[in-house]
Amino acid sequence: MTVPVAAAPDTAFDPAVARRDFPALSQEIHGHPLIYLDNAATSQKPQAVLDVIDGYYEHDNANVHRGIHELSRRATVSYEEAREKVGRWIGATDPSEVIWTRGTTDAINLVANAWGLDNIRAGDEIVLSVLEHHSNIVPWQLLSARTGAKLRYIEIDDQGRLVLDDLSEVINGRTKLVAISHVSNALGTITPLDTIIAAARSVGAVVLVDGAQGAVHTSVDVTSLGADFYAFSGHKMCGPTGIGALWGRRELLESMSPYQGGGEMIHIVERDASSWAQIPHKFEAGTPNIVGAIGLGAAADYLSGIGMDAIQAHERDLLSYALERVGAVPGIRIFGPESLEERSAVVSFTLGDAHPHDISTILDTEGIAVRAGHHCAQLVMKHFGVSATARASFYLYNTREDVDRLVDGLDQVRSIFG
Amino acid sequence: MEAPQLSSLYQQLILEHYRNPRNKAELDGKSVEIHMANPVCGDEIRLQLRIEGDEIAEAKFIGQGCSISQAAVSMMTTLLQGRKVAEAEELAGRFTEMMHGDEDAAKDRALGDLRALQGVSKFPVRIKCALLGFDALQEALKKSSGEATH
Repeated sequence: MTVPVAAAPDTAFDPAVARRDFPALSQEIHGHPLIYLDNAATSQKPQAVLDVIDGYYEHDNANVHRGIHELSRRATVSYEEAREKVGRWIGATDPSEVIWTRGTTDAINLVANAWGLDNIRAGDEIVLSVLEHHSNIVPWQLLSARTGAKLRYIEIDDQGRLVLDDLSEVINGRTKLVAISHVSNALGTITPLDTIIAAARSVGAVVLVDGAQGAVHTSVDVTSLGADFYAFSGHKMCGPTGIGALWGRRELLESMSPYQGGGEMIHIVERDASSWAQIPHKFEAGTPNIVGAIGLGAAADYLSGIGMDAIQAHERDLLSYALERVGAVPGIRIFGPESLEERSAVVSFTLGDAHPHDISTILDTEGIAVRAGHHCAQLVMKHFGVSATARASFYLYNTREDVDRLVDGLDQVRSIFG
Repeated sequence: MEAPQLSSLYQQLILEHYRNPRNKAELDGKSVEIHMANPVCGDEIRLQLRIEGDEIAEAKFIGQGCSISQAAVSMMTTLLQGRKVAEAEELAGRFTEMMHGDEDAAKDRALGDLRALQGVSKFPVRIKCALLGFDALQEALKKSSGEATH
């Protein structure tokens, strides 16, 4: 596959400067400077986020929405301010539509349980795509087993793009829910959300977007998107692990049963029954991941400070360069869309008969971190007839030099497996 | 951290077994089969044994995965043909010791081609790849002896 290499974008954003914001990136691995290309798995964290996490525990640590004392007030204010920041970051007009979760997986399971069990019946259809991460397949399989609903899949073509020819057959009058990823973690495919959401709307189906790889790399506006739920994780966007969010439309969230029971999510508790707190607290039982939420708020501030448009332009340039350089390695097979317009900064590949684990081990000895395996997307692997791929995924702090180092590492793979 | 040596990991003998695996076929008349997979990375094998009395009369496998996992199973099955069950268990123990860095085990001629895998012990995340075949063997022997006593 060859693509034209565009000139580096003329922008004030300098990835080499951004890189200095991330302490973990300035280390050596096996005697080589670390080249971190496993961003689709998790991103590194900027000093600004690490400082906010430390500062919270050093000065403000207390439980939220409970105490009358000063520390509890500070913790609660920071926690709710973080909700407002993250809400603004995805274009939500109302912060109470933002529910803190453990991450994307937790957010999808919340919808599958709290919305799904009350709204899905035997004979209903749930539409997914072959691109989905296991976290947007298995919760629906569990729901299907409990309700008798049928799962249907939007197929993918030989470039890993959704096949839309028979969309009106797949999404039909029996469809109650469409759960679709914004961007494929395994291939980088950007899905045509507008088309899918319009098809779902036309039959009155609810739409959940798995934004784990979407909100990270592109600006999202949930208000104009037209979906009902948008789920994403903090740790892929410079925030801590164990925190993410579910955005949902207010009227849906208000109509839903709680997900888990416990403290924080109740209004009045009596012997045999209880009433629920207002959203978002109705879905946030127990002491939440307070520092995680505050850290994610700081990550949203950090990314907003740089600007998602600048990050996206930089990633587009890197992707173009990587497809060109990696694509020229003899024996390489790159998976995913050929058009840069349809692809995020992910290069999934195999190289000759070297297994992806072996590729990853060899690159690791050169200080280069890539993912090898099925990427929790076994349906994608099956579609392409492979058991695994190696995957280089880029973020704001990666540079063209990182791509050059990757290509040098692949030459090393070829010399061992040649 | 000092870079582990790739040359100690990817020995020619390993790549040779990876590309030309021995005993990779369905076994007619198998008495026990174990399917073992590493869900993290997708390596998998189906180890098939024909056990007669206290002896492994024949061993074959079907599998897919990285060079380490597939070469290790190929080498292991080569050693298992016609071997006493007790000896096979001993080999499994010896190989595991080698994977955990035991230099003496690595010199044990009884391990045959498997000694080429000694370098894997320097790559902690790959040790489970090398052990996949022996993990399956131990499960197979356990299952087989369980069936024999029932």
